[in-house]
Amino acid sequence: MSSRRIFARPARFAAIAPYVWMGLFFLVPFAFVLKISLSQTAIAQPPYEPVFDLAAGWDALKAAFAALSIDNFKLLGSDDIYVFAYVRSLTVAVTATALLLLIGYPIAYGMARLPKRWQAVAMVLVIVPFWTSFLIRIYAWINILQHDGLLNQILLALHLVSQPVVWLSTDTAMYLGIVYSYLPFMILPLYATLAKMEPVLEEAASDLGAPPWQVFWLVTFPLSLPGVGAGVLLCFIPIVGEFVIPDLLAGSNSLMIGQTLWLEFFTNKDWPVASAAAIVLLVVLLVPLLLYERLQKRQLEQGR
Amino acid sequence: MRKVSRLSRFNIASLALGLAFLYLPILILVLYSFNASRLVTVWGGWSLRWYRELFNDRAMIEAVWMSLRVAVSSATIATLLGTLAAVALSRGERFRGRTLFSGMLYAPLVMPEVITGLSLLLLFVALNAERGFWTVTIAHTTLTMCFVAVVVQSRLGSLDRSLEEAAMDLGCDPVRAFVAVTLPLIAPAIVAGWMLAFTLSLDDLVIASFTTGPGSATLPIRIYSEVRLGVKPEINAICTLVIALIAVVIVIASLASKLSSSQGESAAPL
Repeated sequence: MSSRRIFARPARFAAIAPYVWMGLFFLVPFAFVLKISLSQTAIAQPPYEPVFDLAAGWDALKAAFAALSIDNFKLLGSDDIYVFAYVRSLTVAVTATALLLLIGYPIAYGMARLPKRWQAVAMVLVIVPFWTSFLIRIYAWINILQHDGLLNQILLALHLVSQPVVWLSTDTAMYLGIVYSYLPFMILPLYATLAKMEPVLEEAASDLGAPPWQVFWLVTFPLSLPGVGAGVLLCFIPIVGEFVIPDLLAGSNSLMIGQTLWLEFFTNKDWPVASAAAIVLLVVLLVPLLLYERLQKRQLEQGR
Repeated sequence: MRKVSRLSRFNIASLALGLAFLYLPILILVLYSFNASRLVTVWGGWSLRWYRELFNDRAMIEAVWMSLRVAVSSATIATLLGTLAAVALSRGERFRGRTLFSGMLYAPLVMPEVITGLSLLLLFVALNAERGFWTVTIAHTTLTMCFVAVVVQSRLGSLDRSLEEAAMDLGCDPVRAFVAVTLPLIAPAIVAGWMLAFTLSLDDLVIASFTTGPGSATLPIRIYSEVRLGVKPEINAICTLVIALIAVVIVIASLASKLSSSQGESAAPL
């Protein structure tokens, strides 16, 4: 008899606690975001109305439902600030993901070609920064990029520039920060597929007379597409909603949607608009999120 | 014929540059935390001055304490729940709502933190919960248990099923077979999962900012508000201490996964 069958029943009980937890703290909260995105801003505590009060009875509840409106979504669609923020978020995410792929691929490729023993070492070296604090890594770059920071000192010493260059509060700094922070997320899935690839295939192509670039483009790259897909999704989705990196490294003249949401919530105390912005962000990310789920499931549940 | 070395010069160069890119900024940060000069960019000789100032900064110490308490408690609950979830997904048969279950577990891995943070806060407000230690702990547990589940699940997937079957053929009931055979085999992955959950919690700024209350700032919240005002040598020092702590955690976790990989495939995070 297979253990799968016998284990099945107790294993199902194991699902109960995490299921309830995730339902309560991951799924249910979205209902609140949706509800508050349809409410009005109010100068009160909490700062929105109507507030559902189950104790007030059925009629009060009906009145509360009637007061819901889609005004916040209309605002998001009509105010340029929000439209620009969404467009900018998507542009930044696409550009940064492309950069990550361009930079991450050669590194992952180099790792996969190392002797087996060194591959394990290289893998640890790539994972370690991923464990180190996100915020600290961004701060490390502020250190380097500031007006009289190390980068400008080196450039001045080498006479490459005649006066300090402004690096902070620019898009260059933001892209640098994003690439730096997300690089392990791109390298690891790429490396995982490249390392599994049979070297015989590349050798066969090259024995049959293909020049190296053709071997790469016709054999290696197509075979690594699952890793490319995983890496791209793993970077793209969180970058669209990124807050910390653009906030600390980019200028404040054009905001990404994560920053707009943060600003509405913490500075303007406009919870309904912040919630509406979150709902729209979620809708934008729905397709990539579903793709990612399928990929993750296939990887974990059908053997690797 | 197989070539002697498949490594080209291009491979080595891209590896070296990539690793330098990943490590140099952190090394520079650590180096400057020992700088005696108040000017962050001028090297004034070695000194522990900023570490001393750090220990006199009461707000900073309180933030560190808060962060450590949250990280330990959320990592512990997350490891328990995440391991259960991994077992259910890799050993259970199809059960009602399984797709929803795995969906809820994989989505937070990539979900932008502003969404997770905002939604949890709105829940806490609706429940009228007092915001502080417990709300941040619950929020971090929700995020990190998904990472634990993935790490443990990938270990369970690579495990030889015949061991469990043998235990049951010899008369163990499923629960006992799990405790006596499976659990010791996945223990290294569970340890690695706890460590990952711990560091993720210690690192989180966005979710903690949404779910904490007045007067209970975590370390990243404290660092963030200082960093917004500019670079300060004290921040270099506290960052170095955090890096040192995480380095210790990584060493323990990699020892654990070494144990794990000696019995099969290693369970790397993600």
